[in-house]
Amino acid sequence: MESTLGLLSFGAGGWGDEIASGVVVTVTLALATLPLGLAIGFFVALGKQSSEPSLRLAANIYTTLFRGLPELLTLFIIYYGAQIALQQFVRLFSATASIEINSFAAGMVALGVVFSSYASEVFLSAFRAIPRGQYEGGYAIGLSHWKTMRLVVLPQLVRIALPGLGNLWLILLKDTALVSVVGLSDIVRQTGIAARVTKEAFLFYGIACLLYLVLAVISSFAFNAIERRVGRMEHAR
Amino acid sequence: MSVDATGFGHSVEDAPPSVVRPWTRTRILGHVLVGVWIALGMGLAAFLILSWNPDLVSRYAPNYLSGLWVTIQLVVISVALGALLSAPVAWARTSKNPLIAAPAYAYVYFFRGTPLLAQTFLIYYGLGSFKPQLEAVGLWVFFREAWYCAILAFTLNTAAYQAEILRGAVASVPKGQWEGAASLGLHRWLTFRKIILPQAMIVALRPYGNEIILMIKGSAIVAIITVYDLMGETRRAFSRSFDFQTYIWAAIIYLVIVETLRIAVDRIEAIITRHLRR
Repeated sequence: MESTLGLLSFGAGGWGDEIASGVVVTVTLALATLPLGLAIGFFVALGKQSSEPSLRLAANIYTTLFRGLPELLTLFIIYYGAQIALQQFVRLFSATASIEINSFAAGMVALGVVFSSYASEVFLSAFRAIPRGQYEGGYAIGLSHWKTMRLVVLPQLVRIALPGLGNLWLILLKDTALVSVVGLSDIVRQTGIAARVTKEAFLFYGIACLLYLVLAVISSFAFNAIERRVGRMEHAR
Repeated sequence: MSVDATGFGHSVEDAPPSVVRPWTRTRILGHVLVGVWIALGMGLAAFLILSWNPDLVSRYAPNYLSGLWVTIQLVVISVALGALLSAPVAWARTSKNPLIAAPAYAYVYFFRGTPLLAQTFLIYYGLGSFKPQLEAVGLWVFFREAWYCAILAFTLNTAAYQAEILRGAVASVPKGQWEGAASLGLHRWLTFRKIILPQAMIVALRPYGNEIILMIKGSAIVAIITVYDLMGETRRAFSRSFDFQTYIWAAIIYLVIVETLRIAVDRIEAIITRHLRR
């Protein structure tokens, strides 16, 4: 027990500080991916509920593609693909240059496109839950298309989509573990290093799992708070 | 030929003219985006044709096939074992006895709340630190193999998800169905098997289909613990040839599998809900 505490202590002899930095990286990656995924997902959902067939087709191709590919493969394709493409671009200028892609950026893009393809489905079903009369009412009082969207539809959309987006956030949090494979120092990678050095694999991977559980619990508390707030806004009207 | 069927002097040729849709901004954007997808698809096809290398294909195509077979085996075995394990877990989840319900809840929460990658590492590397104890009870031959560890991790993971699907589906059947069967004098188990389960399966089909798709996609991570599934063979081919098309071929294979499965689920759903169609 004494030695276990020593292994987990912060400082030179323990792995506490390394693992804590991993937690920060995991949370940062998930938080950085969230706005990217939400924004793309929203616009893809707009495309999907458009009356224009070609726009619907383009949006559906996007979702089919990124929902069908394994997340790990998407990550590898973006990580190595971008690396090769940039390499060849740089070679045009100097023959010896080599480029390393930042694994954080590659992870953010890969998780962002996966998140957005699922988020677009959540937004789409929320769009369908809003009656046509809401748009017509907006136009009737003279609001433009964008103002109707922003002032009338969007506030209701957020409320309806919130539970679905909460689930996607939990999935995103877990998917960040994959980026450790391309070298990002997140929870899984940091605990993995500690496991290899100390030969206490069960302890450290167990801690990794517990940390993800703690993040999930914190997230669900946060989501409950947000939902209560949004619900109160509902009652205040 | 003009047939005056209406008797109002109109002929078929007088049918309303097709609406000329104006080139709005949305329509232009839609066509541009579809054009981008077509260009990307043709670019990809051109890349695959130009970099077609018979040597590469003859060397790695058999590996891809064996990798695909490993992926299919892994998913089929763990989904089937997971289904077996999920039934008692789902039953325990609904039990009124907290001593039975609490462990089941903890099990489901743990396996749904942590990444599959971390679970796989915990079982493959983590249980490796108990080598002497496992050797003493003769289980080491099992936990030594990455393949068995992968099946164990995936089974435990999918059982947690399937238990929730099963529980939700059974709970979605109205209580009156149980009461109706009881009033006919049917035994509880018979009621469950003949009345509740068929209705629950209609609700559960789509989530089950999604779970199998998630398992196919999730199975790619076994490549990291040295199981040579489709993803593992792809990584090996890439690390030897440094040819990016190795990843493109894997992507095409995964997409075809997942889309086929999705279409199959749609078909099955259409068949088993035909009595509900109006």
